[in-house]
Amino acid sequence: MSRTEILIVGIGGMGVVLAGRILARAAAIYEEKEVVQTQSYGAEARGTAARSEIIISSEKINYPRVRKCDILVAMSQEGLEKYLPYLKEDGVLIYEKHLVKKVSVSEKLRILSVPAIEIAEKKVGSRLVANIVIISATVGFTKIISEKSLKMAIVDIIPEPMRKINLKAVEEGIKFLREILNQNS
Amino acid sequence: MSERKNKEVLSGVHFWQGDTACAEGAIAAGCRFFAGYPITPASEIAEHMAKRLPEVGGIYVQMEDEIASISAVIGASWGGLKSMTATSGPGFSLMQENIGYACMTETPCVIVDVQRAGPSTGQATKAAQGDIMQARWGTHGDHEVIVLSPNSPQEMFDLTVKAFNLSEIYRVPVIILSDEIVGHMWEKVRVPSPEEIEVYNRRKPSHIGEPIFGGVGEVGVPPMPRIGDGFNLLITGSTHNEYGYRKTVDPEVHRRLVTRIVNKIRENADKIIDVETQNIEDADIGVISYGCTSRSVYDAVILAEKEGITVGHVRLRTIWPFPEKVVKEVAERVDFILVPEMNLGQLVYEVERVVGCEARVKAISKIGGGEMITPEEILSEMRKLLGR
Repeated sequence: MSRTEILIVGIGGMGVVLAGRILARAAAIYEEKEVVQTQSYGAEARGTAARSEIIISSEKINYPRVRKCDILVAMSQEGLEKYLPYLKEDGVLIYEKHLVKKVSVSEKLRILSVPAIEIAEKKVGSRLVANIVIISATVGFTKIISEKSLKMAIVDIIPEPMRKINLKAVEEGIKFLREILNQNS
Repeated sequence: MSERKNKEVLSGVHFWQGDTACAEGAIAAGCRFFAGYPITPASEIAEHMAKRLPEVGGIYVQMEDEIASISAVIGASWGGLKSMTATSGPGFSLMQENIGYACMTETPCVIVDVQRAGPSTGQATKAAQGDIMQARWGTHGDHEVIVLSPNSPQEMFDLTVKAFNLSEIYRVPVIILSDEIVGHMWEKVRVPSPEEIEVYNRRKPSHIGEPIFGGVGEVGVPPMPRIGDGFNLLITGSTHNEYGYRKTVDPEVHRRLVTRIVNKIRENADKIIDVETQNIEDADIGVISYGCTSRSVYDAVILAEKEGITVGHVRLRTIWPFPEKVVKEVAERVDFILVPEMNLGQLVYEVERVVGCEARVKAISKIGGGEMITPEEILSEMRKLLGR
């Protein structure tokens, strides 16, 4: 049985829940996996801790919450600190370079730092899509789903006129990852 | 198939949240009227209905509050439309008086309560299962309602269809008692073809003048006309005879009416009750569960099996009327029954009442922050009770 548990954490208003929904839809509809996505956010419209939980499996999923995650995507320092204990020892940690200042973690983790806000602002033209930049880099880095499935889910969920810049955010997220991988190889 | 039919039942596989699936189930069952007031975590039901009802010739009204919402729903039902509202704990409390009115006037309608943590405003975005007894006894006086408990977006669709059918068959309010986890959970939902979905409609009177509030024996469901069908309709929450005339002092009329509206549910409980069971024939320990918590129990059953513990699991899709027979059956075979719930003990008291001295009943309670009871917590209780 293959089972991947993913946590995306940040602050309300960043699109943490939406990012989770896009990943989950892509895996469920375009990769025909069993998927459950749940979320947690505060009563306020923005500013409180937000979390999106996704489980992707080849088999039926019962308990819908993430217990030990394979992938942690952190878009806030608070989120990183709170949920790092839930990341498996050999898991993948992806964080937003400017929002997460301090990272002290075990050596077994695979780590990727993404300047998602900077990419969103400078290369896509809106910091609103930083969430899409970071999940696109996550998809490229972990291969949990294909880039194509990700784009199809965005087309389904994001209406015009925002669709175009969200798709551009995917391109830039993936491009950033390729550049990093090329530098390291 | 006509284009209209295509829009009524969105056959195929979707990736929906529970709230959306509930709204689509309602439309597939023939619901054409929704009145509501937005509230987390049920707002998405209203939002989806606002978009979808006009597409199928239905009516959506955002009311000024929850009291007005349930009132409009009852009125629409007498106008001949299948009708629904959706809310959460605080709004559900406000609706209670008119849920009693719907019981007394035998008005088919569906009320969705996507539970969040109370009392009062509580933790508005966090799941809980604290409205079990409010769903049963929230309105005053002797009455019976039907309460269903889905545990997935798929069941938010399926049980909403079922809720409308039961409501039409028994002329009774049916409550879908969901929770934030199931309401906001995204999962695949398979919507069957229209031919696969069974839809029941209320029985209409055969002639003008036929009694519509009785005259059907002690457990029967009378036919129901709609306003405008030509009846001189008297509809009242006060005690009334089979023709609707107020009889507010006659003891016999009151006994006859209230006993019948209670017994039409109690005596048909076997037909209404829907449960899912695992290993109840050969269990070491019993678990009674419902709603989102049942999904933790499925995994606890698997974990326990690895340790040689066979768990007899009864998952209640129908909470009220309470599935007494199957709970008794399990109790006769085991020494311990666990009742995990996201409250400080509600359904556990009903289980205790039914089980009596047959087994020891123990609650597993958890509240706050919408945190679920985990499979491991249930397993750990089992180990303790069985001395392993």
